[in-house]
Amino acid sequence: MPRPGYMVSEIYKNLLKKRATILYPFKERELVHLPKGFRGRIIFNRDKCIGCQMCFRVCPAQAIKIIEDERGKRPIFFMYRCIYCGSCAEYCPVKAIELSDIFENIAFNKKDLLVK
Amino acid sequence: MSFYIPIGPQHHVHPEPLLMKFKVEGEQVIDVEINVSYTHRGIEKGFEYRDYMKGIFLAERICGICNAAHTLCYTQNIEQLLGKEIPPRAKYLRLIVEELSRIHSHLLWLGLAAHQIGFETLFMYVWRDREKVLDLLETITGNRVVTAYNTIGGVRRDITPEIEQKIRKSLDYLEERTKYFKKVVMEEPTVLVRTQNVGILKPREAIELFAVGPVLRASGIKHDIRADDPYIAHDEVPFNVVTYDTCDVYARILVRVDEILECINMVRYSLDHLPSGEYRIRMPVIVRPPPGESVSRVEAPRGELLHYVRSDGSDKPYRYKVRTPTLANIPSTARMLTSRGDYIVYIADIPIIFGSIDPCLCCTGRVMFIDIEKSKSWVWTYNELVRYSLKRFERHD
Repeated sequence: MPRPGYMVSEIYKNLLKKRATILYPFKERELVHLPKGFRGRIIFNRDKCIGCQMCFRVCPAQAIKIIEDERGKRPIFFMYRCIYCGSCAEYCPVKAIELSDIFENIAFNKKDLLVK
Repeated sequence: MSFYIPIGPQHHVHPEPLLMKFKVEGEQVIDVEINVSYTHRGIEKGFEYRDYMKGIFLAERICGICNAAHTLCYTQNIEQLLGKEIPPRAKYLRLIVEELSRIHSHLLWLGLAAHQIGFETLFMYVWRDREKVLDLLETITGNRVVTAYNTIGGVRRDITPEIEQKIRKSLDYLEERTKYFKKVVMEEPTVLVRTQNVGILKPREAIELFAVGPVLRASGIKHDIRADDPYIAHDEVPFNVVTYDTCDVYARILVRVDEILECINMVRYSLDHLPSGEYRIRMPVIVRPPPGESVSRVEAPRGELLHYVRSDGSDKPYRYKVRTPTLANIPSTARMLTSRGDYIVYIADIPIIFGSIDPCLCCTGRVMFIDIEKSKSWVWTYNELVRYSLKRFERHD
Protein backbone atom coordinates (compact mmCIF):
# COMPACT_ATOMS: atom_id res chain seq x y z
CA MET A 1 0.00 0.00 0.00
CA PRO A 2 1.63 3.30 -1.07
CA ARG A 3 2.15 5.74 1.75
CA PRO A 4 3.45 9.29 1.59
CA GLY A 5 6.86 10.13 2.99
CA TYR A 6 8.59 6.93 1.86
CA MET A 7 11.97 8.69 1.79
CA VAL A 8 11.76 10.16 5.31
CA SER A 9 13.86 7.36 6.85
CA GLU A 10 16.52 7.92 4.16
CA ILE A 11 16.57 11.63 4.92
CA TYR A 12 17.05 11.01 8.67
CA LYS A 13 19.87 8.55 7.91
CA ASN A 14 21.62 11.17 5.80
CA LEU A 15 21.23 13.89 8.45
CA LEU A 16 24.12 12.35 10.39
CA LYS A 17 26.36 11.90 7.33
CA LYS A 18 28.92 14.31 5.96
CA ARG A 19 27.69 16.52 3.12
CA ALA A 20 28.32 15.21 -0.40
CA THR A 21 29.15 18.61 -1.92
CA ILE A 22 32.75 19.77 -1.92
CA LEU A 23 33.20 23.50 -1.27
CA TYR A 24 35.59 23.44 -4.19
CA PRO A 25 36.88 26.79 -5.38
CA PHE A 26 37.61 28.32 -1.97
CA LYS A 27 37.97 25.45 0.53
CA GLU A 28 38.62 21.71 0.44
CA ARG A 29 40.63 21.78 -2.76
CA GLU A 30 42.51 18.70 -1.60
CA LEU A 31 39.26 16.67 -1.73
CA VAL A 32 39.03 17.04 -5.51
CA HIS A 33 39.95 13.57 -6.64
CA LEU A 34 41.53 13.12 -10.05
CA PRO A 35 42.31 9.62 -11.34
CA LYS A 36 45.53 8.55 -13.01
CA GLY A 37 45.37 9.29 -16.71
CA PHE A 38 43.19 12.37 -16.43
CA ARG A 39 43.29 14.53 -19.55
CA GLY A 40 44.19 18.05 -18.47
CA ARG A 41 46.52 20.86 -19.52
CA ILE A 42 49.25 19.88 -21.98
CA ILE A 43 52.88 19.74 -20.78
CA PHE A 44 55.45 20.02 -23.57
CA ASN A 45 59.06 18.90 -23.32
CA ARG A 46 61.20 20.85 -25.82
CA ASP A 47 64.30 18.68 -25.31
CA LYS A 48 62.54 15.54 -26.56
CA CYS A 49 60.76 17.13 -29.55
CA ILE A 50 62.14 16.19 -32.97
CA GLY A 51 59.88 18.51 -34.98
CA CYS A 52 58.00 15.81 -36.90
CA GLN A 53 54.74 17.88 -36.86
CA MET A 54 52.61 14.81 -36.14
CA CYS A 55 50.69 16.62 -33.36
CA PHE A 56 49.82 19.40 -35.78
CA ARG A 57 48.45 16.91 -38.30
CA VAL A 58 46.25 14.95 -35.88
CA CYS A 59 44.82 17.84 -33.82
CA PRO A 60 41.06 17.97 -34.56
CA ALA A 61 40.60 21.47 -33.10
CA GLN A 62 43.51 23.26 -34.81
CA ALA A 63 44.89 24.13 -31.38
CA ILE A 64 48.50 23.55 -32.46
CA LYS A 65 50.69 25.82 -34.55
CA ILE A 66 54.15 24.98 -35.83
CA ILE A 67 56.78 27.71 -35.41
CA GLU A 68 60.53 27.78 -35.92
CA ASP A 69 62.99 28.51 -33.15
CA GLU A 70 66.79 28.26 -32.94
CA ARG A 71 66.62 24.45 -32.77
CA GLY A 72 64.24 23.93 -35.68
CA LYS A 73 60.52 23.33 -35.98
CA ARG A 74 58.37 22.97 -32.86
CA PRO A 75 54.70 23.20 -31.86
CA ILE A 76 52.98 25.72 -29.62
CA PHE A 77 49.63 24.87 -28.02
CA PHE A 78 46.66 27.20 -27.66
CA MET A 79 44.83 25.85 -24.64
CA TYR A 80 41.78 28.02 -25.30
CA ARG A 81 41.13 25.98 -28.45
CA CYS A 82 42.12 22.59 -27.04
CA ILE A 83 39.35 20.01 -26.60
CA TYR A 84 41.52 17.73 -24.39
CA CYS A 85 41.17 14.69 -26.65
CA GLY A 86 44.77 13.63 -26.13
CA SER A 87 45.41 12.82 -29.81
CA CYS A 88 48.71 14.75 -29.88
CA ALA A 89 50.08 12.87 -26.87
CA GLU A 90 48.93 9.58 -28.37
CA TYR A 91 50.56 10.07 -31.76
CA CYS A 92 53.79 11.76 -30.57
CA PRO A 93 56.57 9.30 -31.51
CA VAL A 94 58.98 10.46 -28.76
CA LYS A 95 56.45 11.19 -25.97
CA ALA A 96 57.35 14.87 -25.80
CA ILE A 97 53.73 15.79 -25.10
CA GLU A 98 51.92 14.76 -21.93
CA LEU A 99 48.52 15.57 -20.51
CA SER A 100 48.77 16.61 -16.88
CA ASP A 101 46.06 16.76 -14.22
CA ILE A 102 45.84 20.58 -14.23
CA PHE A 103 42.17 21.18 -14.99
CA GLU A 104 41.82 24.87 -14.14
CA ASN A 105 42.55 26.36 -17.55
CA ILE A 106 41.03 29.77 -17.06
CA ALA A 107 42.85 33.06 -17.50
CA PHE A 108 42.23 36.77 -17.97
CA ASN A 109 44.92 36.92 -20.63
CA LYS A 110 45.08 34.72 -23.72
CA LYS A 111 48.87 34.53 -23.42
CA ASP A 112 48.55 32.63 -20.12
CA LEU A 113 46.82 29.85 -22.04
CA LEU A 114 49.71 29.35 -24.42
CA VAL A 115 51.88 26.30 -23.75
CA LYS A 116 55.41 26.69 -25.06
CA MET B 1 -13.40 28.69 -26.57
CA SER B 2 -9.81 27.78 -27.22
CA PHE B 3 -6.53 29.61 -26.65
CA TYR B 4 -2.99 29.11 -27.85
CA ILE B 5 -0.18 28.83 -25.31
CA PRO B 6 3.33 29.03 -26.76
CA ILE B 7 6.02 27.33 -24.68
CA GLY B 8 9.53 28.13 -25.80
CA PRO B 9 11.92 28.70 -27.55
CA GLN B 10 13.22 29.92 -24.18
CA HIS B 11 11.19 28.58 -21.28
CA HIS B 12 11.96 27.28 -17.80
CA VAL B 13 10.00 24.05 -18.42
CA HIS B 14 12.75 22.87 -20.72
CA PRO B 15 16.16 24.52 -20.89
CA GLU B 16 16.80 23.59 -24.51
CA PRO B 17 15.36 25.62 -27.37
CA LEU B 18 12.13 24.32 -28.89
CA LEU B 19 8.71 25.78 -29.54
CA MET B 20 5.57 23.93 -28.50
CA LYS B 21 2.35 25.67 -29.44
CA PHE B 22 -0.54 24.28 -27.39
CA LYS B 23 -4.18 24.74 -28.25
CA VAL B 24 -6.04 24.61 -24.95
CA GLU B 25 -9.62 24.61 -23.80
CA GLY B 26 -9.65 25.48 -20.12
CA GLU B 27 -7.12 23.15 -18.52
CA GLN B 28 -7.15 20.64 -21.36
CA VAL B 29 -4.68 20.46 -24.21
CA ILE B 30 -6.48 19.64 -27.45
CA ASP B 31 -3.75 20.15 -30.01
CA VAL B 32 -0.02 20.71 -30.18
CA GLU B 33 2.46 21.82 -32.78
CA ILE B 34 6.15 21.17 -32.13
CA ASN B 35 9.00 23.01 -33.83
CA VAL B 36 12.49 21.74 -33.13
CA SER B 37 14.50 23.61 -35.74
CA TYR B 38 16.28 26.11 -33.50
CA THR B 39 19.62 24.38 -33.10
CA HIS B 40 20.92 23.60 -36.55
CA ARG B 41 24.66 23.35 -36.08
CA GLY B 42 25.85 22.17 -39.48
CA ILE B 43 27.50 19.05 -38.08
CA GLU B 44 26.70 16.85 -41.09
CA LYS B 45 28.41 19.38 -43.33
CA GLY B 46 31.27 19.59 -40.86
CA PHE B 47 32.01 15.90 -41.38
CA GLU B 48 32.63 16.54 -45.07
CA TYR B 49 35.52 18.89 -44.24
CA ARG B 50 37.33 16.64 -41.75
CA ASP B 51 39.26 13.47 -42.35
CA TYR B 52 37.94 10.28 -40.80
CA MET B 53 40.10 10.33 -37.66
CA LYS B 54 39.13 13.90 -36.76
CA GLY B 55 35.48 13.08 -37.42
CA ILE B 56 35.40 10.94 -34.27
CA PHE B 57 35.73 14.02 -32.10
CA LEU B 58 33.02 15.82 -34.03
CA ALA B 59 30.68 12.81 -33.71
CA GLU B 60 31.33 12.91 -29.98
CA ARG B 61 30.06 16.47 -29.81
CA ILE B 62 26.69 15.76 -31.46
CA CYS B 63 25.35 14.97 -28.00
CA GLY B 64 27.16 15.29 -24.69
CA ILE B 65 25.43 12.52 -22.77
CA CYS B 66 25.24 9.92 -25.57
CA ASN B 67 28.82 10.61 -26.70
CA ALA B 68 29.89 6.97 -26.24
CA ALA B 69 27.01 5.78 -28.45
CA HIS B 70 27.78 8.36 -31.15
CA THR B 71 31.49 7.51 -31.38
CA LEU B 72 30.63 3.82 -31.31
CA CYS B 73 28.25 4.25 -34.22
CA TYR B 74 30.74 6.38 -36.15
CA THR B 75 33.71 4.07 -35.67
CA GLN B 76 31.63 0.97 -36.51
CA ASN B 77 30.57 2.66 -39.71
CA ILE B 78 34.10 3.50 -40.80
CA GLU B 79 35.35 0.03 -39.83
CA GLN B 80 32.62 -1.51 -42.01
CA LEU B 81 33.75 0.71 -44.90
CA LEU B 82 37.38 -0.29 -44.38
CA GLY B 83 36.46 -3.97 -43.90
CA LYS B 84 38.34 -4.22 -40.60
CA GLU B 85 37.42 -6.39 -37.62
CA ILE B 86 38.37 -5.09 -34.17
CA PRO B 87 39.97 -7.38 -31.54
CA PRO B 88 37.59 -9.19 -29.13
CA ARG B 89 38.96 -7.35 -26.08
CA ALA B 90 38.14 -4.00 -27.71
CA LYS B 91 34.56 -5.20 -28.26
CA TYR B 92 34.12 -5.93 -24.56
CA LEU B 93 35.78 -2.66 -23.50
CA ARG B 94 33.49 -0.71 -25.81
CA LEU B 95 30.52 -2.52 -24.30
CA ILE B 96 31.60 -1.65 -20.75
CA VAL B 97 31.89 2.07 -21.52
CA GLU B 98 28.65 2.05 -23.52
CA GLU B 99 26.70 0.45 -20.67
CA LEU B 100 28.27 2.69 -18.03
CA SER B 101 27.24 5.76 -19.99
CA ARG B 102 23.75 4.28 -20.31
CA ILE B 103 23.58 3.99 -16.51
CA HIS B 104 24.76 7.60 -16.30
CA SER B 105 22.16 8.80 -18.79
CA HIS B 106 19.26 6.92 -17.18
CA LEU B 107 20.17 8.11 -13.67
CA LEU B 108 20.40 11.67 -14.95
CA TRP B 109 16.97 11.29 -16.54
CA LEU B 110 15.46 9.76 -13.39
CA GLY B 111 16.65 12.80 -11.44
CA LEU B 112 15.25 15.18 -14.04
CA ALA B 113 11.90 13.38 -14.09
CA ALA B 114 11.71 13.65 -10.31
CA HIS B 115 12.52 17.34 -10.63
CA GLN B 116 9.79 17.84 -13.22
CA ILE B 117 7.10 16.27 -11.04
CA GLY B 118 8.29 18.38 -8.09
CA PHE B 119 9.95 15.58 -6.10
CA GLU B 120 13.22 17.37 -5.31
CA THR B 121 14.38 14.92 -2.64
CA LEU B 122 14.62 12.05 -5.11
CA PHE B 123 16.31 14.36 -7.62
CA MET B 124 19.07 15.25 -5.12
CA TYR B 125 19.76 11.66 -4.04
CA VAL B 126 19.79 10.29 -7.58
CA TRP B 127 22.25 12.92 -8.75
CA ARG B 128 24.49 12.30 -5.75
CA ASP B 129 24.75 8.62 -6.68
CA ARG B 130 25.22 9.42 -10.36
CA GLU B 131 28.62 10.85 -9.39
CA LYS B 132 29.80 7.25 -8.82
CA VAL B 133 29.28 6.38 -12.51
CA LEU B 134 30.94 9.60 -13.61
CA ASP B 135 33.94 8.75 -11.43
CA LEU B 136 34.11 5.32 -13.07
CA LEU B 137 34.00 6.83 -16.56
CA GLU B 138 36.69 9.31 -15.53
CA THR B 139 38.91 6.51 -14.26
CA ILE B 140 38.49 4.39 -17.39
CA THR B 141 38.62 7.04 -20.08
CA GLY B 142 40.22 10.15 -18.55
CA ASN B 143 37.22 12.45 -18.59
CA ARG B 144 33.89 12.64 -16.81
CA VAL B 145 31.47 13.15 -19.67
CA VAL B 146 33.23 13.52 -23.04
CA THR B 147 35.01 10.20 -23.00
CA ALA B 148 36.99 10.14 -26.30
CA TYR B 149 37.31 6.38 -25.77
CA ASN B 150 36.35 4.69 -29.04
CA THR B 151 38.61 5.06 -32.03
CA ILE B 152 38.80 3.51 -35.45
CA GLY B 153 40.28 0.06 -34.83
CA GLY B 154 39.41 -0.37 -31.16
CA VAL B 155 39.61 1.68 -27.97
CA ARG B 156 42.25 4.08 -26.73
CA ARG B 157 42.92 2.74 -23.23
CA ASP B 158 42.97 -0.58 -21.46
CA ILE B 159 41.43 -1.60 -18.14
CA THR B 160 43.95 -2.54 -15.44
CA PRO B 161 43.12 -4.89 -12.50
CA GLU B 162 42.94 -1.91 -10.09
CA ILE B 163 40.35 -0.18 -12.27
CA GLU B 164 38.42 -3.46 -12.49
CA GLN B 165 38.29 -3.68 -8.68
CA LYS B 166 37.05 -0.08 -8.51
CA ILE B 167 34.32 -0.75 -11.07
CA ARG B 168 33.07 -3.82 -9.17
CA LYS B 169 32.98 -1.91 -5.88
CA SER B 170 31.05 1.02 -7.36
CA LEU B 171 28.64 -1.31 -9.18
CA ASP B 172 27.69 -3.00 -5.89
CA TYR B 173 26.86 0.39 -4.40
CA LEU B 174 24.94 1.45 -7.52
CA GLU B 175 22.92 -1.76 -7.61
CA GLU B 176 21.83 -1.31 -4.00
CA ARG B 177 20.90 2.32 -4.61
CA THR B 178 19.04 1.61 -7.86
CA LYS B 179 16.96 -1.08 -6.14
CA TYR B 180 16.12 1.46 -3.45
CA PHE B 181 15.11 4.05 -6.08
CA LYS B 182 12.92 1.47 -7.77
CA LYS B 183 11.15 0.89 -4.46
CA VAL B 184 10.71 4.66 -4.03
CA VAL B 185 9.20 4.96 -7.50
CA MET B 186 6.80 2.07 -6.87
CA GLU B 187 5.73 3.07 -3.32
CA GLU B 188 5.81 6.86 -3.12
CA PRO B 189 2.41 8.43 -3.95
CA THR B 190 4.09 11.64 -5.17
CA VAL B 191 5.46 9.69 -8.13
CA LEU B 192 2.43 7.45 -8.67
CA VAL B 193 -0.14 10.25 -8.77
CA ARG B 194 1.86 12.34 -11.22
CA THR B 195 2.85 9.55 -13.61
CA GLN B 196 0.19 6.82 -13.74
CA ASN B 197 -2.22 7.15 -16.71
CA VAL B 198 -0.32 10.23 -17.91
CA GLY B 199 1.16 10.44 -21.39
CA ILE B 200 -0.50 7.32 -22.81
CA LEU B 201 0.98 5.90 -26.02
CA LYS B 202 -0.76 2.73 -27.15
CA PRO B 203 1.39 -0.01 -28.76
CA ARG B 204 -0.24 0.44 -32.17
CA GLU B 205 0.36 4.20 -32.10
CA ALA B 206 3.96 3.67 -31.01
CA ILE B 207 4.59 1.50 -34.06
CA GLU B 208 2.70 3.82 -36.42
CA LEU B 209 4.65 6.87 -35.21
CA PHE B 210 8.07 5.12 -35.19
CA ALA B 211 8.81 5.54 -31.50
CA VAL B 212 12.20 4.18 -30.45
CA GLY B 213 14.04 3.10 -27.33
CA PRO B 214 12.55 3.15 -23.82
CA VAL B 215 9.38 4.91 -25.09
CA LEU B 216 8.65 1.97 -27.39
CA ARG B 217 9.55 -0.61 -24.75
CA ALA B 218 7.28 1.13 -22.20
CA SER B 219 4.43 0.55 -24.69
CA GLY B 220 5.01 -3.17 -24.38
CA ILE B 221 6.93 -3.77 -27.60
CA LYS B 222 10.09 -5.83 -27.35
CA HIS B 223 12.48 -3.90 -29.55
CA ASP B 224 16.12 -3.29 -28.77
CA ILE B 225 18.94 -2.99 -31.30
CA ARG B 226 21.26 -4.76 -28.87
CA ALA B 227 19.06 -7.86 -29.09
CA ASP B 228 17.62 -7.56 -32.60
CA ASP B 229 20.78 -6.61 -34.50
CA PRO B 230 23.70 -7.30 -32.13
CA TYR B 231 26.79 -5.20 -32.54
CA ILE B 232 30.13 -5.31 -30.61
CA ALA B 233 29.85 -8.04 -27.94
CA HIS B 234 26.10 -7.92 -27.44
CA ASP B 235 25.61 -11.35 -29.01
CA GLU B 236 27.81 -12.87 -26.27
CA VAL B 237 26.70 -10.92 -23.18
CA PRO B 238 23.24 -12.06 -22.00
CA PHE B 239 20.58 -9.53 -20.99
CA ASN B 240 16.81 -9.12 -20.87
CA VAL B 241 14.89 -6.60 -22.93
CA VAL B 242 12.80 -4.78 -20.32
CA THR B 243 9.20 -4.06 -21.30
CA TYR B 244 6.19 -2.74 -19.42
CA ASP B 245 2.69 -2.60 -20.82
CA THR B 246 0.98 0.23 -18.93
CA CYS B 247 2.07 2.60 -21.78
CA ASP B 248 2.32 5.67 -19.51
CA VAL B 249 5.08 7.80 -17.96
CA TYR B 250 5.23 5.42 -14.99
CA ALA B 251 6.14 2.56 -17.33
CA ARG B 252 8.89 4.70 -18.89
CA ILE B 253 10.40 5.33 -15.46
CA LEU B 254 10.33 1.63 -14.59
CA VAL B 255 11.80 0.61 -17.97
CA ARG B 256 14.75 2.91 -17.42
CA VAL B 257 15.29 1.87 -13.80
CA ASP B 258 15.19 -1.81 -14.75
CA GLU B 259 17.57 -1.14 -17.62
CA ILE B 260 20.09 0.28 -15.15
CA LEU B 261 19.98 -3.03 -13.25
CA GLU B 262 20.42 -4.96 -16.52
CA CYS B 263 23.38 -2.74 -17.47
CA ILE B 264 25.05 -3.41 -14.12
CA ASN B 265 24.77 -7.17 -14.72
CA MET B 266 26.09 -6.77 -18.26
CA VAL B 267 29.16 -4.84 -17.09
CA ARG B 268 29.82 -7.47 -14.41
CA TYR B 269 29.50 -10.29 -16.93
CA SER B 270 31.85 -8.59 -19.39
CA LEU B 271 34.43 -7.96 -16.65
CA ASP B 272 34.28 -11.67 -15.76
CA HIS B 273 34.64 -12.77 -19.39
CA LEU B 274 37.04 -10.08 -20.61
CA PRO B 275 39.21 -11.68 -23.33
CA SER B 276 42.95 -11.09 -23.22
CA GLY B 277 45.01 -9.71 -26.08
CA GLU B 278 45.24 -6.49 -28.02
CA TYR B 279 42.75 -3.69 -27.37
CA ARG B 280 43.27 -1.83 -30.63
CA ILE B 281 44.68 -2.26 -34.10
CA ARG B 282 46.90 0.61 -35.10
CA MET B 283 45.52 2.62 -38.00
CA PRO B 284 47.33 5.25 -40.06
CA VAL B 285 46.50 8.90 -39.36
CA ILE B 286 44.89 9.34 -42.78
CA VAL B 287 42.56 6.48 -43.73
CA ARG B 288 41.16 6.20 -47.24
CA PRO B 289 38.22 3.75 -47.37
CA PRO B 290 37.21 2.38 -50.77
CA PRO B 291 34.19 4.04 -52.45
CA GLY B 292 30.91 2.79 -51.05
CA GLU B 293 28.34 3.40 -48.38
CA SER B 294 27.58 2.02 -44.98
CA VAL B 295 24.91 2.21 -42.28
CA SER B 296 25.34 1.40 -38.63
CA ARG B 297 22.79 1.23 -35.83
CA VAL B 298 23.38 1.50 -32.10
CA GLU B 299 21.01 1.44 -29.13
CA ALA B 300 21.86 4.79 -27.56
CA PRO B 301 20.44 5.50 -24.06
CA ARG B 302 17.52 7.35 -25.68
CA GLY B 303 16.77 4.83 -28.41
CA GLU B 304 17.90 3.70 -31.82
CA LEU B 305 20.67 5.80 -33.31
CA LEU B 306 21.51 5.60 -37.00
CA HIS B 307 24.58 6.83 -38.86
CA TYR B 308 25.03 6.70 -42.62
CA VAL B 309 28.26 7.38 -44.51
CA ARG B 310 29.08 7.55 -48.18
CA SER B 311 32.69 7.49 -49.25
CA ASP B 312 34.14 8.48 -52.61
CA GLY B 313 37.59 7.04 -51.96
CA SER B 314 39.17 10.21 -50.61
CA ASP B 315 40.26 10.89 -47.03
CA LYS B 316 37.02 12.71 -46.16
CA PRO B 317 33.43 11.40 -46.21
CA TYR B 318 31.37 12.50 -49.20
CA ARG B 319 28.15 12.51 -47.17
CA TYR B 320 27.44 11.85 -43.54
CA LYS B 321 23.96 11.51 -42.08
CA VAL B 322 22.89 11.18 -38.44
CA ARG B 323 19.39 10.25 -37.25
CA THR B 324 19.14 10.78 -33.51
CA PRO B 325 16.56 9.06 -31.25
CA THR B 326 14.88 12.26 -30.05
CA LEU B 327 13.90 13.22 -33.59
CA ALA B 328 12.25 9.83 -34.01
CA ASN B 329 10.31 10.30 -30.78
CA ILE B 330 8.94 13.79 -31.54
CA PRO B 331 5.81 12.58 -33.47
CA SER B 332 4.85 10.21 -30.65
CA THR B 333 5.30 13.04 -28.14
CA ALA B 334 2.82 15.12 -30.12
CA ARG B 335 0.35 12.23 -29.85
CA MET B 336 0.96 11.85 -26.10
CA LEU B 337 0.31 15.57 -25.59
CA THR B 338 -3.05 15.57 -27.40
CA SER B 339 -6.31 14.77 -25.60
CA ARG B 340 -8.44 12.21 -27.40
CA GLY B 341 -11.55 10.31 -26.29
CA ASP B 342 -11.52 9.80 -22.55
CA TYR B 343 -7.78 10.45 -22.31
CA ILE B 344 -7.27 14.05 -21.18
CA VAL B 345 -3.99 15.97 -21.04
CA TYR B 346 -3.77 18.79 -18.51
CA ILE B 347 -1.42 21.75 -18.78
CA ALA B 348 0.33 20.71 -15.55
CA ASP B 349 1.33 17.38 -17.14
CA ILE B 350 3.12 18.93 -20.11
CA PRO B 351 6.65 19.01 -18.54
CA ILE B 352 6.69 15.38 -17.44
CA ILE B 353 5.08 14.06 -20.65
CA PHE B 354 7.58 15.88 -22.81
CA GLY B 355 10.37 14.96 -20.39
CA SER B 356 9.43 11.28 -20.48
CA ILE B 357 11.03 10.79 -23.91
CA ASP B 358 14.35 12.04 -22.46
CA PRO B 359 14.52 14.89 -24.96
CA CYS B 360 17.90 16.06 -26.18
CA LEU B 361 17.36 18.81 -28.68
CA CYS B 362 20.94 19.80 -29.34
CA CYS B 363 21.15 16.82 -31.67
CA THR B 364 17.71 17.21 -33.21
CA GLY B 365 17.75 20.51 -35.12
CA ARG B 366 16.81 20.35 -38.79
CA VAL B 367 16.73 22.93 -41.58
CA MET B 368 13.62 24.99 -42.31
CA PHE B 369 13.27 27.38 -45.25
CA ILE B 370 12.16 30.93 -44.55
CA ASP B 371 11.25 33.57 -47.13
CA ILE B 372 11.54 36.87 -45.25
CA GLU B 373 9.93 39.00 -47.99
CA LYS B 374 6.80 36.87 -48.19
CA SER B 375 7.01 36.01 -44.43
CA LYS B 376 6.54 32.35 -45.24
CA SER B 377 8.29 29.30 -43.84
CA TRP B 378 8.18 25.71 -45.07
CA VAL B 379 9.89 22.34 -44.70
CA TRP B 380 10.85 20.17 -47.65
CA THR B 381 8.85 17.03 -48.26
CA TYR B 382 10.47 13.69 -48.95
CA ASN B 383 9.91 13.96 -52.72
CA GLU B 384 11.43 17.44 -52.92
CA LEU B 385 14.45 16.21 -50.98
CA VAL B 386 14.89 13.22 -53.30
CA ARG B 387 14.63 15.47 -56.36
CA TYR B 388 17.24 17.85 -54.92
CA SER B 389 19.67 15.07 -54.00
CA LEU B 390 19.35 13.39 -57.42
CA LYS B 391 20.16 16.70 -59.07
CA ARG B 392 23.13 17.26 -56.80
CA PHE B 393 24.59 13.80 -57.36
CA GLU B 394 24.26 14.21 -61.13
CA ARG B 395 26.29 17.38 -60.98
CA HIS B 396 29.06 15.79 -58.90
CA ASP B 397 29.30 12.47 -60.70
